[in-house]
Amino acid sequence: MLASHCRHSLWAAFLLHRLSGLGLALFLPLHFWVLSLALHNKQALDGFLLWTELWYVKVAEYGLVFLLGVHMFGGLRLMALEFLPYSPRQKDLAAAAAAGAFIVATLFLLSATYNG
Amino acid sequence: MISARLYILQRLSALIMAPLVIGHIAVMIFAVNNGLSADEILGRTQNSLLWAAFYSLFVVCVAVHGAIGVRVISFEWFGLRGWGLDAVSWAVFFSLAGLGFQAVFSVTGGA
Amino acid sequence: MNREKNTLSVEIWRSNTDGGAYQAFSVPKADNQTVLDVVSYIQQQLDPSLSYRFACRVGMCGSCAMTVNGVPRWTCRTHVKRALGNSVTLKIAPLRNLPVIKDLVVDMDVFFDKWVRAEAVHHPTRSRHDPIEAVDETAESRRAANEAIECINCAVCYAACDVVTANPDYLGPAALNRAWALVNDSRDGGREAILRAVSQTDGCHNCHAQQSCARHCPNELNPTKSIAGLKRESAKLALREFFTAGEQG
Repeated sequence: MLASHCRHSLWAAFLLHRLSGLGLALFLPLHFWVLSLALHNKQALDGFLLWTELWYVKVAEYGLVFLLGVHMFGGLRLMALEFLPYSPRQKDLAAAAAAGAFIVATLFLLSATYNG
Repeated sequence: MISARLYILQRLSALIMAPLVIGHIAVMIFAVNNGLSADEILGRTQNSLLWAAFYSLFVVCVAVHGAIGVRVISFEWFGLRGWGLDAVSWAVFFSLAGLGFQAVFSVTGGA
Repeated sequence: MNREKNTLSVEIWRSNTDGGAYQAFSVPKADNQTVLDVVSYIQQQLDPSLSYRFACRVGMCGSCAMTVNGVPRWTCRTHVKRALGNSVTLKIAPLRNLPVIKDLVVDMDVFFDKWVRAEAVHHPTRSRHDPIEAVDETAESRRAANEAIECINCAVCYAACDVVTANPDYLGPAALNRAWALVNDSRDGGREAILRAVSQTDGCHNCHAQQSCARHCPNELNPTKSIAGLKRESAKLALREFFTAGEQG
C-alpha cells in the first residue's frame, strides 16, 4: 500500500499526527457527552466511571493519552520548525515527540493502575 | 486549500492549547489518584470560576482547531469540496463547541 | 536469479490516448549502467516508438527525471544497481503528479504555471542604466537565498509531494522554494507581492512538512525549510496588516 516515497520517518510522523488528531476529534464528542451526564444523570456518570476499573478500559485510556501527547508534541515540533530557526534534526525531534508521549501516557497508566 | 487566515487560527489555537493540555493531563493524574466518582469530581469542580474559565478556553480552541484539522482531512483524503466541505467543517465546530460548553457547564455549574 | 544472467528485466510504462500499461523488455547488463542508459538502449535497439526526455546526460538539466521502482529520480545519475536494491526488475514510469503525454513524457506546463502563480519571478528594481546593486554575501537573507537557489526545476520534488497528490492546485515545493529564494534576494522589489501570492488558498500554508521533497531532491535542497520561512514571513505580514488595518482609512 505504501509507495516508496512514503517510507521515511518524517512521513510517518505526518501520518501519526493526522491519525491522532482524527482519533481525538472522534473521541471528544463522546467525552463531552459523558461529562455532561453530571448535570442530569449522575448515576449514569458513576456507571461510566466504574468501567474505568476494567483493565482494557485503562489500556484504551492509555491509548487516548498517547494520542493526545503525540499530537501535541508533534504539533509543537511543527510549530518550532515554522517559527523558530530551522533545525536539521527533525527526525530526532519526531522520535523525541513519540517518546515523550509514551512517557506521559505511561505515567498516567501507572497512576491509574496503582491508585485508581 | 488552506489560506493564511485558517493557518494562523490553527497555529494560534494550538499554541494556546499546549499549556492547557499539559494542565489537563496533570489534572487527570491528580483526579485518578484522588477519587473518580461523580460526587468526588464535582466536589472539586463545581462552582469553580477557575475550572470554568480554563475549560471554556480549551473548548473554544479545540472547536476551532478540530474543525480546521477535519476540514483539511476531508479535502485531502475524502475529496470533499464546496458546500459539502463547509458543512462538515461547521458541523465539527458546532458539535465540539456545543457539546464542550455543555460539559463545562455540567461540571462547573452551580449545584 | 536475474543477477546471474547477463540480462536485466525491465518494465516500462507505455501509454497513449487510449490508456496505458507496463511493457516488459530484456536489456543486456553492464557493470556501470544508469537507468537512462537502459531507457536509451530500449528506444535505440528494441522499440523506437518509446518516448522519453533527456538532454545533458550529466545531472545538470533535470530533463530525465522519471519514477524508478517507485522513487522519483534523475535517470542519468541513477545506477541500475542502486535503483534495483533487492528487487530483480527495473520498473520505470513517468513522474507522478503530472499529466502524461506519452510513455515516459509528462506535461510540465502546470509545474511552470505554478511557478508564475507563486509570483516566483524576479521583480527588478534597476535598469541597465543604473549601477549594479552590490549584494552583501554575508547577510543572513543572502545565505538563505543561496541555500535555495540551485533549483533546476526538474519536478522530482513535485512528484514526491503527497500534498500535491491530494490537492492538485497546491503550488508545490519547487515554486515555493523559488519564491523563498526571491523573498530573500535584496535585489528583488516584489517581496510583498510574493508573500501575498504564496498566501493564497493553495499556497505555502498547505505544506505538512512531510519532507519527501527534501529527501528526494537530487540537488540536496530543502523546500520544506524554504516553505517554513514563507509561512513565517507571510504570517508576520498578515498579522502586521491585521493590527494596522484600523489605521488605514
